[in-house]
This record gives sequence, C-alpha cells and structure tokens, in this order.
Amino acid sequence: MSQELLMYLSVAILLLPLIGFVKVIFFGKRLPRQGDWLETLAISVALLLSLLVLYQKLTLYHAETLSLNFTWIDFHDVPGIGPLKIILGFSIDNLAAIMLVVVTLISTLVHFFSIGYMQGDVRYSRYFAFLGIFSFSMLMIVLANNLFLLYVGWELVGLSSYLLIGHWYEKKSASDAGMKAFITNRIGDVGFFVGIMILFGTFHTFGLTEIFEQVKAGNLPFGSEWWLTAAGVLIFCGAIGKSAQFPLHVWLPDAMEGPTPVSALIHAATMVAAGVYLVARTFPLMTADALMVITYIGATTAFISATIAVAQNDIKKVLAYSTISQLGYMVMGLGVGAYSAGFFHLVTHAMFKAGLFLGSGSVIHAMHHALHHQHDHHTDPQDIRNMGGLKAKMPVTFWTFLIFTLAISGVPLTSGFLSKDSILAGTLAFGNLTGHILIPIVGFFVAGLTAFYMFRIVILTFLGEHKSPERFSLIHESPKVMTVPLMILAALSFFFFYSMNPLDGAEGWISQATQRPETVVPASVAAASTEVFEEAHHHAHYTAMFLSLAVAGLGILIAFATYHWKKISADKVAENFSGLHKFLLNKWYFDELYGVIAIGASLRLTEILKWFDNTIIDGIVNGSGWITKVTSAISGWFDNWVIDGAVNAVAYISGFFGIALKKTQTGKVQTYVALAVFGVMVFYFAMRLL
Amino acid sequence: MELFDIAFFVFAFITVVSAFIVVFSKSVIYSAFSLLFTFFGVAALYVLLHADFIAVTQVLIYVGGILVLMLFGVMLTNKIVNVELKTGTLHTIPALLLVSVVAGTLGGLFYSTWKGDVAPPPPPFESTTKTLGEMLMTSYLLPFEIASVLLLVALMGAAMFARRRTKT
Amino acid sequence: METFFAEFIRWLPKVGLSHFLIVSAILFALGIYGISTRRNAIMVLMGVELVLNAANINFVAFSRYGGVNFDGQVAAIFVIILAAAEAAVALAIVLNIYQRFQTVNVDEISTMKE
Repeated sequence: MSQELLMYLSVAILLLPLIGFVKVIFFGKRLPRQGDWLETLAISVALLLSLLVLYQKLTLYHAETLSLNFTWIDFHDVPGIGPLKIILGFSIDNLAAIMLVVVTLISTLVHFFSIGYMQGDVRYSRYFAFLGIFSFSMLMIVLANNLFLLYVGWELVGLSSYLLIGHWYEKKSASDAGMKAFITNRIGDVGFFVGIMILFGTFHTFGLTEIFEQVKAGNLPFGSEWWLTAAGVLIFCGAIGKSAQFPLHVWLPDAMEGPTPVSALIHAATMVAAGVYLVARTFPLMTADALMVITYIGATTAFISATIAVAQNDIKKVLAYSTISQLGYMVMGLGVGAYSAGFFHLVTHAMFKAGLFLGSGSVIHAMHHALHHQHDHHTDPQDIRNMGGLKAKMPVTFWTFLIFTLAISGVPLTSGFLSKDSILAGTLAFGNLTGHILIPIVGFFVAGLTAFYMFRIVILTFLGEHKSPERFSLIHESPKVMTVPLMILAALSFFFFYSMNPLDGAEGWISQATQRPETVVPASVAAASTEVFEEAHHHAHYTAMFLSLAVAGLGILIAFATYHWKKISADKVAENFSGLHKFLLNKWYFDELYGVIAIGASLRLTEILKWFDNTIIDGIVNGSGWITKVTSAISGWFDNWVIDGAVNAVAYISGFFGIALKKTQTGKVQTYVALAVFGVMVFYFAMRLL
Repeated sequence: MELFDIAFFVFAFITVVSAFIVVFSKSVIYSAFSLLFTFFGVAALYVLLHADFIAVTQVLIYVGGILVLMLFGVMLTNKIVNVELKTGTLHTIPALLLVSVVAGTLGGLFYSTWKGDVAPPPPPFESTTKTLGEMLMTSYLLPFEIASVLLLVALMGAAMFARRRTKT
Repeated sequence: METFFAEFIRWLPKVGLSHFLIVSAILFALGIYGISTRRNAIMVLMGVELVLNAANINFVAFSRYGGVNFDGQVAAIFVIILAAAEAAVALAIVLNIYQRFQTVNVDEISTMKE
C-alpha cells in the first residue's frame, strides 16, 4: 500500500465521525433508532481502517513518518518577516498510528456500551452526535503534525467534553461541572497558546518538524535557552489543564457528573491522555529544566490524588482520582525521560481504565434500575457503601472488573504490570542519574496506594453481603451490548497483546515502535542522553520490578485485611471511616507480629517487641494516617480556596462588568444609531487633533 | 456654465429637496413618494457620471422593487381606518445637532478636496455594461456568487418571516 | 470670509468630484436624521435607503473622477443588491413586529432591553 493511500485513509478515519456527527445532529431525531447505528457504524469503520493503517505502518514503513501537507493561507511577502505561508497537515508516525487505534477502539466500545446504557435517554441522538464530534476532534489531535491543527483539536475536545459533561443539564451540578471543566481547561490553554506563539513568533511556522529542525540548527526563541524552557513549560500548561495535573486537576472529579460511558471515553482513556500525547509529541523541544518541572508536577499529582482516592466513597470519584494519579504517573514517566514507558502506560491505562469506568457504569446501571424499581430516590446508586455482594448477581461485570483492577494494581501477567514497571524503573534510573531521590519514592508509594484503594472498591462493591436483600433481588446483570465491550477490554488488559515476555515491556512491539526521539535542544541544557538513560533504565529494571511487586502486594493485602477478612459491616465503615481504618490496620499488624513472635522467641523478647509495637509501630501507623489526613485536608483546602477562588474571581469580574454595561442598553435602535454616529465623529475629531 | 453643469444643479436640487421632504414630511405616503424623486435624481446623477448601467439598475431596483415594497409595508402596517398615516418624531433637537455636525464635517472635508482648479473632465466612458459584465464574471466572480446566494437566502428568509403564524 | 466666499463662488459653477460628494454628504446626513428621529419603522428604513444611496454616489463619483476604473461601479452594484435583500428582510421583520405588537413605532418596541 502506497504512502499516499495510507495518508488518505487516515484523513478518512478523521472525517468519518465528523460525517456521522453532521448527519446525526441535524437529522438524528428522524433517523430510525435516532441515528445511534450511524455513529456506531462510522466509528467502527474508522476502527477497522485504523487497524489497517497501524498494520501497514508497522510492517512497511516502520521508521518513516508519512505526512500530507497543504497550504492554508499564503500571505506572500510580509513586511519584516519575508515570505510567509501557513502550512497545515497531517502525519502518521508510530505514535500517531498506535493512538489512532487506541482512540477508535475505546470509542467504538463506548459507542456499543452507550447503546445499552443510554437507552431511553431524553437526548439520545444528541448524545451520539456529541460522541462523534469528540472522536473527530480527538483524532485531529492525534493526526496533526503542526501546533495549529493540534490547538484546534485541543479546543474542540474541550468543547465536546463540556457538552457531554453537561448532558443532563437539568441537574445543576452537571451543568456547573461542565462549566468548571471548560473554564479550568481554558486556564491551561492560555499557557499553551502563549507557548505556541513564542515558537511561531520566532520560527514563523506551526509545523513541529520544521520547529525541531530550526532548534537543532541552533536558532532559539529570542536567542535564549531560557525562552526555550519557557516555551516547553507553557506548552506543558496545556497538558496540565487537559490531563488534570496538579494544580488544575480539580475539574476531573466533578466531570463524573456526565454519563458514565463518557467518563470512560473522555475522562479516562482518551481526552485526558491528550496532554500526555502532547508532551510526547513535543518531547524533543523540552530542556532539562522543563522536564524537571514536568516530572515534579507529575509526581505531585500522582501523590495527592492517590491519597485523596483512599478516602472517597463514590465509586466514580475513586476512579476519577485514580485516573488523575495514573496520568501523573505517565507525565512523570515522560518527565524522567522514560518516553516509551510513559506512552506505553497511556495505551494500557486507556484499556483498563476505560474498562473500570464501563464496569462501574454497569454496576451503577444495575443499582439505578433496582432503586428505580423500589421507588427509592434517596439512596445514592454510586456509593460503594450501598453496594456489596454483587459478584453473585453480576458475574461478568465482577470478573472483568477484577481483571482491570489487577492490571491497574500492576499484578504480573497484566498489561499494567509491564507499563507501570517500566515507568518505575525509569524513575529509579532518574533518581540514580540526577539524585532526585524523592521521585522514585513517591512512585513506589503511590503504586502501593493504588493497589490498596482499587481493591477496597472491588471488595466493597462485589464481595461481602448486600445491605438490602429486597434490593439485592432486583439487581441483575447488564445486557450483552454492555458486557461484551467489557470482555473485549478485559482481554486487552493481558500482557500478550503488548509483549511476548510477561516480565519486560521494553521488548514489546509498542515500546519498540515508540523509541525516544533525539532531543533537539542545545547540549548544555539537554537532559541525560538516550544512551545513558537507557543504560540506567535497563539496570534498574529488576529492582523496580521486585519493589513494585512488593508494594502492590502489600496494598492488596492491606485492602483484604481491612475490608474482607474482618467482615466489618459497611455501616460502621461509613460512620466512622478513618478511625476504624486505622484501628484495623493496628490490629492486623499486632496479629501478624504476635504470630511470628509466639513461634520463635522468648517471653522477654515478646515484651520488648510489645513495647516496640505499642510505641513505634503505633506511632508510625498513626503518624502516617495523620499525615495522609493532613495532606488530603491541605490539598482539599487548596482546591477549595486557591483554585476555586481564582475561577470564581474571574466569573465574578465578568459578571460585574456585565451588570455595569447592561445599563447602556436601552433597547431602542435609534439611540444605538445616534450613538454610533456620534462615536464616529468623536473618532474623526480625535484623529484630526492628534 | 455648460449644459453638464446646469443639468447637475437641476438634478442635485431635485435629489436634495425631495430627500428633505422624505425626512421632514409628516405623512408616510408623502415621504414614500418623494423618495421616488430622490431615487430618480440619484439615477440622473449616475448618468452624469457616465454610469449608465448603474443608473438603469437604480431605477429598476429602487423604484421598481424597493419603493413598491415600502408602499406595501405602509399599507399592511396601518389600519384602513387610520386615514392620516401620520407619524411622530422623537428627540429631534439632539438629532438635528448631531446631524448638522456630521453634514458640516463631511461637507467641509469634501469641499477641501477641491484644489482650486477643476481637473479636466476625464474622457467619456464607452457603454459600461459590457465591461461590468466581464468584471462580474471574472475578477468579482466569488462576490457575485455570494451575492446571488445572499439574495436567495434573503428571499426565503423574508417569506418565512412574513408568513402568518398559524396558532398551535 | 471674503476670500472664502470668493473661492466658493469660483468653485460652485465648475462641477467636479467635490460637487457630487457634497450632494452625497447631504443625503447621508438626511438619512441619519431620518433613522434617528422617525418613530415609524418604515420611515427608518427609508432613512437607511438614503444613506445607502449616498454611499453609492460616492462610489460612482470616485470611479469616474478618481482616475480609477470600474471597480467603484461594481461596488455600487453590490450595494444595490444588498439594499434589495435588506429591504425585503427588514420589511418582513416589520410585518412580523406589527403582527406581534400591533404597532411599528420603534420606540415602543424595546423588549431587547431585558
């Protein structure tokens, strides 16, 4: 297959969802089944074409970048700049080809799932139309080979996210969440825009390849390395907003007000990963300082959100915080230089996190129906304290959910193990090379926390006893159209799709296809070169693997010990969560140590160790509980006051000016005309006099 | 004073005076009819400027189309019993002040373009229709097509707006 | 003042570009006056037509005297086209307003304020 044909196929992939969108938004209500089949068909064809493109790309043109350019505007000779043309285009490299498949695959599965989940919704056809425009804009980000089209797609995904979060806009919380997401994203996008303008102002081109060449040739923005760092960090600002990184991560948990399949598609698998994709795209531009900023932001995000996730009771909120935490992981991975690991985690995370969301959607769907049947409108169908024991009623959902949880926890034989392990090895290598030892520590700590809170929701949701037998009898498994996507995603969460070696992801085809690109920044400000880093990365691999296995295992063990083996009633957990949690933790330690000691040591040793237990271990456990609580409180306070405050202040100022200017609107056309003429006269005389 | 100059003053006088009547007349019907004279006067000025095609177009569209529309508008928006068809005016004094400033400024500006001597009048044009037609079909093709679409849209829009609402 | 009048007397009979422009200035001013003072919406539309005609005279006059070419006349044609479209739509709106408010006096229709 020729290169041109591949490029035309890619453009066709891009346009298919758009065609579906146009058709469904205008004629959706008149089409049979409100046009859901049309959107689903369009995206399914796009998926097949993407698979074809990926296969051809990897087999025939493995090392090449295919592109298709066209001149958008030709300004001819611009004074002070010279000939200026704006050339836009699309290109396919291995990164883009893999992302194409990821986006269209998740999108297709979500479309099918939505047919079941959204059945009977008031705005059924509009929902599908918005899914179409989302897929289109996401694919545009993936295919764009220039910052201009990338930015257009970037804003369009923001828009479609806003539309879909606010899908049930009758609910005030939903429309508020949509606005919050949109405005918070805007803050990051302003930085992104300024970054683009710094580059465009210097190089007069939006093309990424051209910019890289110019930088490599030694042309720096405004002739200074400082500006190059600034451009890199500002572009990363866009990623901070879209990928919900600290300090702009506040919008993502609220975005869970949208329909659950939307959360799976947009707020777990694809759109929020766009920020990571952006960093990967502009990776060669990043100086060592910029990468350091990226690393620390990623690490902070991963840590903060993982601690918060431990204390949440809403199933979707836990998943949302977990998403933020995993995105922090990917960003951290890219920041430390583990380029292919970060991108690999993006792909695997897209699969299992989409699956987790769809699984939770299936659970919520079932709960909702049962509650609806009982005419109970007060019980929250998303609260895990109201669930339990669903394993017996929803076996498919349970088993798939369990597989996803194993994957996200990094248990061997799953895809998550490969990618997470690779990132953790990267952080270790980074710690060794630069001495920033905090980064690997945070990485492993968060890995443990992840395993803990994910198993917490699995246990509380599916195991144990259900609270209300009457409600329990009404719960039943979701229809095939919802469970089949889950099974597909579960299959894709195993290692063999990504690497033949279940212990090393670096040998897999994704890692091989997405080698870290050479940096173009001057050597004096560049991060450690690829060779040096790869060496250190390889060296750290087994250490990282054992450590991550250990922390994940520990996390899972604690979760089971706390929520399952002790068979604590969920009501007590709900009433007195943090105190009980700590209490359980203490007792478990006591039992374990007591058992070990009773087998092998004397009474005296026992007493010493008893003292040790009571003071040191209790102190550590209490202290760590206290630290977690304080960190959560601080980050909560920061969210509520600093970030929300900034957002509210912007809204308040706009409102103030709106009210002030409203008075000039008399509603009389003639006054307007007279004032307009008057204004023109004022202008004229001002120009004459000046 | 040649024939050209005399003709100019006659038509300029007709145009300006009838425009005054349009604006200051109390009766809508009077206004509409003196607008007819204004349009004709402007058409004559176009002829003096050797713009024959524009002059004909002016007569056809303004007099034949727009003015008739205006008269329909007058008829349809006044009850038959309301024979007088008189309309009031609003805050005339500030408007008069503003407008005289506008007129003074524009007039002064235009007058100041006169450099003392009259430039010799340019040679008369040939018939402009052919040239205009060619320009519309070549360099102004895109605006021309857009204008045709605009007219279609305006036609459909006007028909839809003016349609009598059926009570639902 | 003496010299001004002498000059004016000298200017007046020699018809040239500025004469046409001044006619258009007068029409423009009258149009603006009509738009901003008349209560009847149809009268307002007539004012608009006057303003458009004034602009058209300028176009054609410059096309003739500006040493230019036919571009001014083409512009004038487009203005006429727009005027036709505008008149049709505006009158449709006026009719609609009349059906809704039973009046076409623009000062009474100020619901846009809210």
